Amino acid sequence: MTMPYYVAPEQVMKDRAEYAQKGIARGRALVGTTYDQGVLIVAENPSSTLHKISEIYDRVAFAGVGRYNEFDQLRVAGVRHADTKGYAYSREDVDARSLANVYAQYLGQVFTHEMKPLEVEILVAELDPVGAAHQLFHIAYDGTVSDEQRFTVLGGEADAIAHRMAARFRQGWPLGEAVVACVASLSGPTRTLRADDLEVAVLEHGAWRRTFRRVTDGEVAQLLAHGEPVEIAAAKSSGAEGESPAGSVDQSGDDTGDVPAGTA
Amino acid sequence: MSKRVGSEQRRVSATVAQMSLPLFPSGSDPGPSFVELLRQTRAAGARLPSGAGSEIVGSAGRQPAGFAATLIPGITHGTTVVALRYDNGVVVAGDRRATEGNLIAHRSIEKVFPADRHSAVAISGAAGSAIEMVRLFQTQLEHYEKVEGTCLSLEGKANQLGQMVSANLQMAMQGLVVIPLFAGYDLRLKKGRIFTYDVTGGRFEETDFHATGSGGRDAKNTVKLSYRERLGRDEAVQLAVAALYEAADEDTATGGPDAIRGIYPVVATVDAEGYRRLEDTEVAEHFRNVLERRRERGEGGVS
Repeated sequence: MTMPYYVAPEQVMKDRAEYAQKGIARGRALVGTTYDQGVLIVAENPSSTLHKISEIYDRVAFAGVGRYNEFDQLRVAGVRHADTKGYAYSREDVDARSLANVYAQYLGQVFTHEMKPLEVEILVAELDPVGAAHQLFHIAYDGTVSDEQRFTVLGGEADAIAHRMAARFRQGWPLGEAVVACVASLSGPTRTLRADDLEVAVLEHGAWRRTFRRVTDGEVAQLLAHGEPVEIAAAKSSGAEGESPAGSVDQSGDDTGDVPAGTA
Repeated sequence: MSKRVGSEQRRVSATVAQMSLPLFPSGSDPGPSFVELLRQTRAAGARLPSGAGSEIVGSAGRQPAGFAATLIPGITHGTTVVALRYDNGVVVAGDRRATEGNLIAHRSIEKVFPADRHSAVAISGAAGSAIEMVRLFQTQLEHYEKVEGTCLSLEGKANQLGQMVSANLQMAMQGLVVIPLFAGYDLRLKKGRIFTYDVTGGRFEETDFHATGSGGRDAKNTVKLSYRERLGRDEAVQLAVAALYEAADEDTATGGPDAIRGIYPVVATVDAEGYRRLEDTEVAEHFRNVLERRRERGEGGVS
């Protein structure tokens, strides 16, 4: 008869955390931030059909990194949760905070009770319909929730990317500048990311009830080509120049341009 | 966990009691269907917020068979809706009156709704069930789109609505008849299409125009007399408004334009650009034109 080995709970948790972290670190990263018109999410994702960023509800978006099948299952569950709630109560009763809590509970439960933790980190973002108090909830593989005010980074090399983002971030920046900063932070000083390596989506104020919109590759290329680096934009007054990057839509969309290298 | 740089980090308590995450074993996964999701959630014994999944999706009828709901006072009925095709889309319009027997229950009810970005649904019949059906239908289309990442085809949407009408059959037998009129822009065929239903959920595609409800016959005849191929958008809107005017002229349950209260029919167009509801001022302008034309023709004969 074999005796079960005793393994200290600390060791079990540590092993699971390490396992999950390794799985997540293998994947490409993702940045979520706010800008003057809403919430911007930029992911490094060469696939144009397998999305990392998607719509949950009118003002709520979802983004995940790590194992695709695992975060996609969470995405579908999120859509189901939100639609059921919106149908039973009212559309305006669906919010990111309650969804983030449900996700956190599930991830935490899997982390402590299951053999294998989920190798995912997810972001639940909500657009503030009236003001600029947008919300970014970052939920880690173990169910830890953090509520970010300015930006959040998910996936491999999150620390280095967050350093670069911190150096560039500006409250209420226009879309062009924000996209350029996110892309430069994701790529780092040694690489260049082009529009077709990226997946970009926004939650933006508009006439339509559903605020989620995917930014097309052509549009991303344009924003990258025309969005000003933060040093120049900060030097200028934040007046009329602020909206030029997003506004210049008359240019042809196939110019990918160079991404200004991160300096942090 | 590593500390994140440059971001205010605040731990949020995740202990607030909420509905749990709706996850299903692969055998009973509802897929992209919201109706099926409601059914599964209830079958699993999960506590849904009260009201989720009403009679339309589930078992109907707590009343004895053969009970005619038309006899129950207080059941609100919506009346005339009309849809017609124009050169690159469809117009859908509905009057604003709801009746309870011989009383006017509401003067400003709405019977035309966007089903999604490229389709509209208009309802006539028992208003309560009908509006609930529209809400479920809207959620169903959006749910499919979000889960699958693509929209249903117009044909697919029309079939879905047919299934909902057919699920309502038992209620319809008891008098709570709901007859929707579905119209949308087919992005693949690049044209507007109109679908009508019977009480069993039978789905029929109309070539150019249709109207349902108590004033439907008058509305339909009005459209029939002036309809021609390749109408422009404005002409089509004008014709829809004229049809509602004639229906209101003949049918007591159909409301005409109410200039004093500023209540005008809901008129919406669906084309490649999507669903768009006309402003009341625009509809009022069309009504003025209709009345002007009637006056010029010296009409107003009394039958």
